[in-house]
Parts: sequence; C-alpha cells; structure tokens
Amino acid sequence: MLTQHRQTWLERIYLPEVLRGLSVTVHHFTRNLSLHIAHAAGLKKNVPAAVTIPYPDVPADLMPRFRGMHRLTRKANGTVACTACLCCETACPCHAIDIVPEAVDDRAIEKRPKSFEIDLSKCSFCGFCVEACPVDAIRMDTGIFDVAMDSRAGLVWGREALMGNEQGEGMEVYPPIDREDLAPRAREVSRS
Amino acid sequence: MSELAQNLTLPGALLAGLSPGVAAMLVMFASCAAVLGVVALNGMFLVWWERKISAHIQSRVGPMTTGYWHGWLQSIADGVKLLLKENIIPLMADRWLFMLAPLVVFMSAFMAFVPIPWGEKLIVADLNVGVLYIAAITSLSAIGVIMAGWASNNKWSLYGGMRAAAQIVSYEIPVGLALVPALLASSTLSMQGIVEVQAGGIWNWNIFAGGPFTIVAFGALFLASLAEVNRAPFDLPEAESELVCGFHTEYSGMCFAFFFLAEYSEMFVVAVVASVLYLGGWHDPLGLGILPGPVVLMAKVLLLVFVQMWFRWTFPRLRVDQLMYLAWKVLTPLGFINVFGAAFWLILV
Repeated sequence: MLTQHRQTWLERIYLPEVLRGLSVTVHHFTRNLSLHIAHAAGLKKNVPAAVTIPYPDVPADLMPRFRGMHRLTRKANGTVACTACLCCETACPCHAIDIVPEAVDDRAIEKRPKSFEIDLSKCSFCGFCVEACPVDAIRMDTGIFDVAMDSRAGLVWGREALMGNEQGEGMEVYPPIDREDLAPRAREVSRS
Repeated sequence: MSELAQNLTLPGALLAGLSPGVAAMLVMFASCAAVLGVVALNGMFLVWWERKISAHIQSRVGPMTTGYWHGWLQSIADGVKLLLKENIIPLMADRWLFMLAPLVVFMSAFMAFVPIPWGEKLIVADLNVGVLYIAAITSLSAIGVIMAGWASNNKWSLYGGMRAAAQIVSYEIPVGLALVPALLASSTLSMQGIVEVQAGGIWNWNIFAGGPFTIVAFGALFLASLAEVNRAPFDLPEAESELVCGFHTEYSGMCFAFFFLAEYSEMFVVAVVASVLYLGGWHDPLGLGILPGPVVLMAKVLLLVFVQMWFRWTFPRLRVDQLMYLAWKVLTPLGFINVFGAAFWLILV
C-alpha cells in the first residue's frame, strides 16, 4: 500500500527545501568545475569530472558479452568453419540469414556455404544464430556496432566480408581463431 | 541619444565638422549599432554559458569541439545554422502576424537596453523615467508572444501564448512592487540617478537602504523577474512536456533565433535592472572606483544570470495554479509589506 508522506511545516513553506536543492546543484557544479580546472592543470587525472564518454574520440567501453557484428570463424587451414547446416538460418527470428549450401568432396565436412549472407537491416542482434551453431562457426564477439552504409544493399554482408577477408577499414578486428579451441565444444554439441 | 554625443569625447571630436542634423543621425545609428552589438554578443555568450553551466551541474561536458577550446564558437555555429535554415511558415498561419511576432518580442528586449547605465558617462539615453520605461518595454514582449501563439494557428502555440499573457500580466504587479523600495531609497526614476545615489561602497547600496525590507524586495524582484522572462521554473509558456514548445512551436530558422535571442536578452535586462536598482550598478563593492564601470556592472549581471541558470537546472516547472498562487498570494502581499516597511524604515531609521 502506498503510504502518503505528509509534508512537515518546514517542507510546506518550501524555502528550506529550495535552498537544499540549490545546494545540491551548486555542489555538483563547483566539484565538476574545479575538477575540470585541475585536469587542465594536470592534477587529479584519476577523478572524473563528468560521466560523459567522448565516444568517437575515445573507443567505447564494451561489456565482455556485448553482441556486435557477426563474424564467420575459420578452421586451422583458413577455410570457413561453417558446414552449411542451416541451423542459424532456422533459428533466426528475423530471417536475416540466407545460406546457399554446396557439396564438397571432403568427406569430413561434406557441405560448405556457397554463399552466406546476413542482412543487417533485418538482424536484431539477438544472438540466436550463435547459440544455434553446432560448430561455433558464427560469433558476435567483434565489438563492432557502428556500421553505417549509404545503401540498403551495403547492409547485406556476404561470406567473405563476414570472414574478414575484405580489406575494408576496421575489418582487421576479425581475428582467425584457432580451430583446436573449438573442437571440445563442437563434440559436446554433437553428442547431446 | 544626444547624451552619448555629449558624453563621449571621441565621437564629439569626429562629428565637430558636421551639421547638427547629420551628426545627430550618425550618433543615433552608432548608438543603435552599439546596442545591437551588445545584444547579439551577449545572447551568443549566454547561450554557450548556459550550456556549459548546465553540463557541469549535470556532470556532463557540454559543447567541446567547436572552436577547439570548450566549444566557445558553438553559438556562432548555431547562429549560422539557423540563418541558413529554411524559414517555414505553416500554410494556415497568419503570414504577416507570424513574421511580425518575433520582431515584436526582440524589439522589446532590444529597446530595454537603451537606458542601461554602463558607467559614469556611458549611457545611450538617460531617460528620467528609466525604470518605468524598462518595466513598460519588457512587458511588450507579452504582445509578441500572444501574436506568435495566435498566428501559428496551432493549439499548443495558442495555449503557450495565453499562458504567457496570464503570467506576464500577473507578475507585473510583484515586479512593480519590488521595484518601489529601491525607488523610495533613491528618490528618482532615472537609471543613472539611481546608480549615483548608491556611490561609495556596498553599505550604500539600495539593498541595505531599507533594512530587511529591501533585502526581501531584492529577492522578490529576482523571483518575479524570472517569471517575467518566462525562465524555468516559471517557463510555462514553453512547457515542453505539455505544449511541445509553446508559442514558438511552429517557428524555425531566423524567426526562432529571434525568440531565442530575445529570451537571453531579457534575462540580461532583468539582471541589469536588479543590479542597478539594488546592487549599486557600476559601483564596485568597496567604493574604490578603480575598475571601469562596464566591468563592474557586467560582473554583477553575470552573477545574477548565473543564479537564474542555476535555478533553471535545479527546480522542476511549477503548475499553473502554483504559479498564480506564488504571484497573488505570496509575492504581492510581500511586495506591499516591503513597500510600507521600507518607507517607514527610510523615514525612521
């Protein structure tokens, strides 16, 4: 039940509360201003004067599990890890993933994606594709979130772009991962 | 305008060879240009200042990029943007009234700069009804605000205009009553005369002339003038949460810029009135007379403007009934008490 706070006489004449409010804001003002001045003089650099993150000048501080742009991982030999099982395409609630499989002679994998396209204009960055993948071929751990394009077609990212083979700016943050690390997880998934 | 020509020796020397009519015209134009320059520079500075103060109060940084040093060119960039923007007039709006309204509001703020005493001889026109003139001229902005609200043909604008009218008319009375104790103490309506009475240090200022009554009157004047210029926490005519943007909802480009400039000019004017009437104008607190008058007056005015901004970033907006309660039931009776109290104090003490 909501209990109503009855204002005391001092609160009802407002003046002391007005002064209290003013003292709160001027405390913030003087503290921040003096810290800004101290920073300009090279002092107290470890005490922040503002909560603002100057994002384009300073890289954004992301959480470890932040879901950014997708990437397609590689096997140790450098080829794409994806086996074109279409699990991610099935799991995708936005129908943003479009895979065209093709058969390969290698008996170990049998299939691979002929084309693997993610339409970022549809993607909601839910991460279901990462959860669905049995071979850890798709990850969202790049930390890239500032993707801007001047056309809708540019928002459809193909296999090569997702593998980071394209020499575009910022693409070098897609590192080739060691296939050996992934082997236990892939086995575990296939067992269950 | 002639005072300026007589008071300033440099223009006097330059104008000596001209016929009196031409000289008077030139002085008039020069005075207008000077006032306009002060208004524009002051507006641009205060906009930047308010953005920085609000940023520091809220632990933000405010504009930082424009001009390479803490965004000091931000207002100029904004001004250029507003100049280049399209001036949209709604199809069903009253075109002429719509275009005229920002000019009326701006003119009222602009003309109030005329009788401001900046120094012993530095005044555009020392009117013998200076205080009355400023009180009358600044109230004219209500007409412009109602014009803007009506001409926009938009219910939010109209509400904003009506609120502004009610608010400015109501707060005329507390403002007028809060001016009176200072006028009683200095026995003149001329702005320059009021300043001259307060010469010789802080103890001669009008704020201490009537004991507690003038101090309270100064506070009442400050509060009521906040409401006069529609500043937060009394910014009901442009209450964003209810009225989109109030009377200037439909305005864009340079017409909007005029409203914006007028708001900051009015803030400056009410701060000048408070500092001239109660805080000794261009006299410094110690009565030394070393610092030039404009610097001293500017320091006092900027202090008061800072307090206005401080209020804005501290208090939430009042309801309409609370606004009227404050005007009619608190500030008006208080004003009468101050007038009579100060009068008796001046006679008896």
